[in-house]
Amino acid sequence: MLPSLIIVFREVFEAGLIIGIVMAVTSGVAGRGLWVAGGVAVGVLGACLIALFAGALSQLFHGNGQELFNASILGFAVLMLGWHNVWMARHGRELAAEMRAAGEAVVEGSKSLGALAVVVAIAVLREGSEVVLFLYGVAAAEGGASVNMLTGGLIGLGLGALVCFLTYVGLVTIPTRYLFAVTSTLIALLAAGMAAQAIAFLQQADILTALDQTVWDTSWILRDGSFLGRALHTLIGYVDQPTAMQLIVYAATLAIIALLMRVFAVPHPQRQRAA
Amino acid sequence: MTAAKEPLVAMIGNAGAAFALAAFASVFVVHADAVRADEPVTIAITIKDHQFDPAEVHAPAGKPISLSVKNLDAIAAEFESDALHVEKVVPPGREAVVRVRPLEPGRYTFFDDFHRATQGVLVVP
Repeated sequence: MLPSLIIVFREVFEAGLIIGIVMAVTSGVAGRGLWVAGGVAVGVLGACLIALFAGALSQLFHGNGQELFNASILGFAVLMLGWHNVWMARHGRELAAEMRAAGEAVVEGSKSLGALAVVVAIAVLREGSEVVLFLYGVAAAEGGASVNMLTGGLIGLGLGALVCFLTYVGLVTIPTRYLFAVTSTLIALLAAGMAAQAIAFLQQADILTALDQTVWDTSWILRDGSFLGRALHTLIGYVDQPTAMQLIVYAATLAIIALLMRVFAVPHPQRQRAA
Repeated sequence: MTAAKEPLVAMIGNAGAAFALAAFASVFVVHADAVRADEPVTIAITIKDHQFDPAEVHAPAGKPISLSVKNLDAIAAEFESDALHVEKVVPPGREAVVRVRPLEPGRYTFFDDFHRATQGVLVVP
């Protein structure tokens, strides 16, 4: 029971952090529950497919199928997160005003919801496929799904969902006037961390070999594999032994998102308020 | 709202830029002595009954390494190493090839992320 509990909890926890953030980011937008649930559903379906074809996937591209697949979906998630932040910088204020006024922002809001639903789907797919692979293996070894395994899995799922809920509650208690600032910062860090992780997969596949030296090692302070290490890895992309290219891409992702947010932000707040 | 957001964003941007510069600087120092040799050293490792066999492998310094990890268990394994920057699922009965960049002397631990007790080490003398 314990192994399935731990593995399921660990993976659901990682996806749960992201879902919690997305729920907080979209709080107040009508129809967000459906979008996020849809993202989760697509993610679960995708996870099962990935697990089912794990063997075939790993044989693709001279054995680099997994790496290329992971790097691609992570890259796509980075684009979606970046786009969301830029979109919010441009429309966030009007959106909030409209929502407060009449709740008519459904159509506008759903543009950005779509991007975040994709991010949720990707997070669930990545973590979920590991859960499916693991549980399938346990079931195969035990000659069928056992009560023990299912109980462990369900408890893990429940605990992971609790983390998602706590993340959400923790974030929405932040006063509204800071919420945008906090969530756009979180989203930018999330994107940068995913970009750095995509680089790690490209380096692993030997596609990207430039600047692949480890720059520092903080594993003596906080290991990647520890509980806190994993949480920080998901949230801000913490890696205890980053390569130079990972650091550069991490910093560049943050800088580009910040720059685009600034460029596309509504230029004159006064005029905007008057209108 | 914007007043609160922009300084934060700018802060991240500035910190990011400083970070990038620092990373670049450190890279050029490190990069000078990194010479690539092309022939990878191949090492075979099997996973059976949640044990790496062999659990300790050796490889020369400064040469690219190719680890071929074969999973003989009925359960998928995830071959992972922080030090080697590797994270790869090995489905049951399959073999995964993990490429590792040329290494400096040291001990590089690896493990099965699905079964943490399954541990091994790559020693570069």
